[in-house]
Amino acid sequence: MEKLKSIADLKKVRIETKTQLDMRARDGSPEAVVQVRVAMATCGIASGARPIMDFFVEELDKRGIGAVVTQTGCMGYCYAEPTVEVQLPGQEPVVYGFVDRKRADEIIEKYIRNGELVEGIIPVNYERID
Amino acid sequence: MHLLVCGGTSCRASESALIAESLKRELEEKGLGNEVQVIMTGCFGLCEKGPVVKVMPDNAFYVQVKPEDAAVIVAEHVIKGKPVKRLLYVNPSTGEHVSGSGLMGSYRKQIRIALRNCGSINPENINEYIAREGYAAIGKCVTEYTAADVIDVIKNSGLRGRGGAGFPTGLKWEIASKNQADQKYVVCNADEGDPGAFMDRSVLEGDPHSVLEAMAICGYAIGATKGLIYIRAEYPLAIQRLKIAIGQARDYGLLGNNILGSDFSFDIDLRYGAGAFVCGEETALIHSMEGMRGEPTNKPPFPAESGFMGKPSNVNNVETFASVPVIINKGWEWFSSIGTEKSKGTKVFALAGKINNVGLIEVPMGITLREIIFEIGGGIKNGKKFKAVQTGGPSGGCLTEHHLDTPIDFDNLVAAGSMMGSGGMIVMDEDDCMVSIAKFFLEFTVEESCGKCTPCRIGNKRIYELLTYITKGNGTLADLDRLRNMCHVIKDTSLCGLGQTSPNPVLSTMDNFMDEYIAHVTEKRCPAGSCRDLMKYTIIEEKCVGCTACARGCPVNAISGERKEPHFIDQEKCIKCGACFERCKFGAVLIN
Repeated sequence: MEKLKSIADLKKVRIETKTQLDMRARDGSPEAVVQVRVAMATCGIASGARPIMDFFVEELDKRGIGAVVTQTGCMGYCYAEPTVEVQLPGQEPVVYGFVDRKRADEIIEKYIRNGELVEGIIPVNYERID
Repeated sequence: MHLLVCGGTSCRASESALIAESLKRELEEKGLGNEVQVIMTGCFGLCEKGPVVKVMPDNAFYVQVKPEDAAVIVAEHVIKGKPVKRLLYVNPSTGEHVSGSGLMGSYRKQIRIALRNCGSINPENINEYIAREGYAAIGKCVTEYTAADVIDVIKNSGLRGRGGAGFPTGLKWEIASKNQADQKYVVCNADEGDPGAFMDRSVLEGDPHSVLEAMAICGYAIGATKGLIYIRAEYPLAIQRLKIAIGQARDYGLLGNNILGSDFSFDIDLRYGAGAFVCGEETALIHSMEGMRGEPTNKPPFPAESGFMGKPSNVNNVETFASVPVIINKGWEWFSSIGTEKSKGTKVFALAGKINNVGLIEVPMGITLREIIFEIGGGIKNGKKFKAVQTGGPSGGCLTEHHLDTPIDFDNLVAAGSMMGSGGMIVMDEDDCMVSIAKFFLEFTVEESCGKCTPCRIGNKRIYELLTYITKGNGTLADLDRLRNMCHVIKDTSLCGLGQTSPNPVLSTMDNFMDEYIAHVTEKRCPAGSCRDLMKYTIIEEKCVGCTACARGCPVNAISGERKEPHFIDQEKCIKCGACFERCKFGAVLIN
C-alpha cells in the first residue's frame, strides 16, 4: 500500500472506493453485483454466522450468480442472529434474521434470483448518520 | 408487490398471524395469490401501534390493523392502488398521515452515531472506512485546526464520557493538554466488564478505525504521540480486528510519522488485560499496563497529571472515542443539537434480560425507558409484567415502572438512584426477586474486589453474607438496618469507584422494593417465587390420584403415601428440587 501523504491522497482513496461501491450497487452498471453482508461480530459467529457466510460464498459461485460476500460487524439484532444483509443492484438493502442453511438457500433462490422477499426480514429500525 | 406483516412477539400477540392469513385468503379470492406475496417479518419497533403491515414497494405503512381490514387493504390498495388513509401511520410530530419513502425516519427511535459504520462496512478493510469519511476528521485537524481549536470543538459539543461517570470529554482533554511533559499518552479504556454489556466490543469489532482515528485526534489535541488501547484478552476477535486495522493504518501512513504530510506523529499499541473488573478504573488500568498489580491508587494525582509511566495521560472509553470523528466532521453545533440540555448526543445500550428484542441499540439522550423497552425492545418476554431495569451494572441501580417516562440522561439517572454506567440494561420481570438480584451483583463485586482496601474487601463480603441469610429465610428486620448501614460505610470509605458504588444495587433495591425485603424476613416468603429456600412444596389432596409418580421421582424419598391414595411431602426431608412438580400430570403439587 502506498502511503497517503496529503489530504488529496486520502480524498483519492475515498472517491475511488466510493465509486467502486456505488457501481456495485447501481442497477445496469457493468460492475453491478449482488452484495451480501454477513454480521460477523463475536455474537454472530457464536450463533453460526461463519458457515452461513461460507455457504453464500460457495453456493452463489456454484449457481453462477455474480455477488460480493463480505463480513461486517454487529447489526444490533442479537435476538435474531445470524443476520445477513442482501442488497440487489438498484435496491435498498434488506436484512434477514435467523439465517440457517435452509433460509440462506431460500434467499438465494427466491430473493436474489427473482426479487421475491422471503420470511425472516428484519425491518431496520434505526437511522445511520452519513 | 409484497405485503409485510410484522411477526414481532408483540404484534403476534395482537393477531398479526391472523392478519397475514386473511390477507392471503383475500388475495387468493381475487386471483392475486401468485403476484402479491404476504411475508411475516421481524419486529418493526413500533409495538405500541401494532400490528403493522407495510406495503412494498409503495412504502405505505399501516398501523393497528385488524384481521377484518385485510379485505379493504386488498380491494383498495392492492387492486386500485389507493392507500387506505384511515390505517396509515400518523407522524406524531406533524399530525399528518405518512406514506411513501419520507415516512421511515419519523418512527425510528434510534440514531446511530458511535455505531454509524457498525454492521455496514467491512471492519477489516480500511478503504471502506475511508469511503465513509473515515480519517477525514484527523485530516481536518492537522491541516485546519490548532490543538486548542480541537479541544474547543469537543468542549462545545457537550460530549461526556461514555464509560459511566459522564465527565466532560473536552475538559478532560484540556487538563491533559495543559500539563507539560516530554511524553504524554492517549489511553483507550476497552476493559468492558459489566455483566451483560457488549457495547465496546461491538464498536471495536465493527468499526475499529473510528477508535484509532479518534485517538490520533486526541493525541493532536493534548500533545501526545503515543496511544495505548487497554483491552481484555477475552475479546480475541476485537483484538484481531484492531491489529489488522492498526496494520492497515500504518501502511497508509495514517498512523506513524508525519500523518498526512503534517508535523504530527502518532502511533498506537495494544495492552492486554486479564479480565479484572477493577481494571476498568483508570488508575488500576494504568498500573496494569505498567506491569504492576491491577490495583487502584488515590486520586489526585489524576492521570492527566501523572498517568502511564508517571506521564500525563488521557483515558477515554471506546464509545466516547467512536463519537469524536463525527463531531469534528459535522461540527459541534450538529452534535449538541441532539440530546438533552446537559447530556448531548446519543448513547449505546446493550439490551438484555427478559426482553423480546435483545440487542445493541443507540438512542438519543432524553429518550424514555418506556420507548426503549416497549418499542425498540419489543416489550417483555412471554407477556410478563415489567418490574425493573438495572442500568450501570454492578455500580448502578434499578429503575422501576415509576421511572418509565423519565427522560434518560446522565443527571436524571443519578437523580433516580441509578447511573448511566457504560450502557448495560438488564430488564427484569415479575418473576425476578429483587433481593436475589442484589445478591447476584454483590457476588460479582466480592469476586472482583481487588482486596486492597478493607471496606470493599471485607464489607462487600459481609453484605453478601447478609443477603444470603435473607434469601434463605434466616434474616431479621434488624438485619435490614444493619445492611443499610454497612452499605453507607462501604460507600463512604472505599478507595476507588468499585467499592464506592458496589452497595448501590442493594440500596436501590431497598429503596424501590422494601416490601420484598420485608416479606423475606418477616413472612419468610419470596413474593417473586424465586428463592428456592423459601419455597414450600405441598400436595393438594383433592387433586392427587395416588399415581406414585412424584414419590418415585423424589431423590430424597421425602414423599410417602399408598397407591391410589393422596400422597404427602415430608417438609423436613424436602430439598425443594421441584422434581415432584415436574412429574405430576394432575397439577396436584403446589408451590408456595
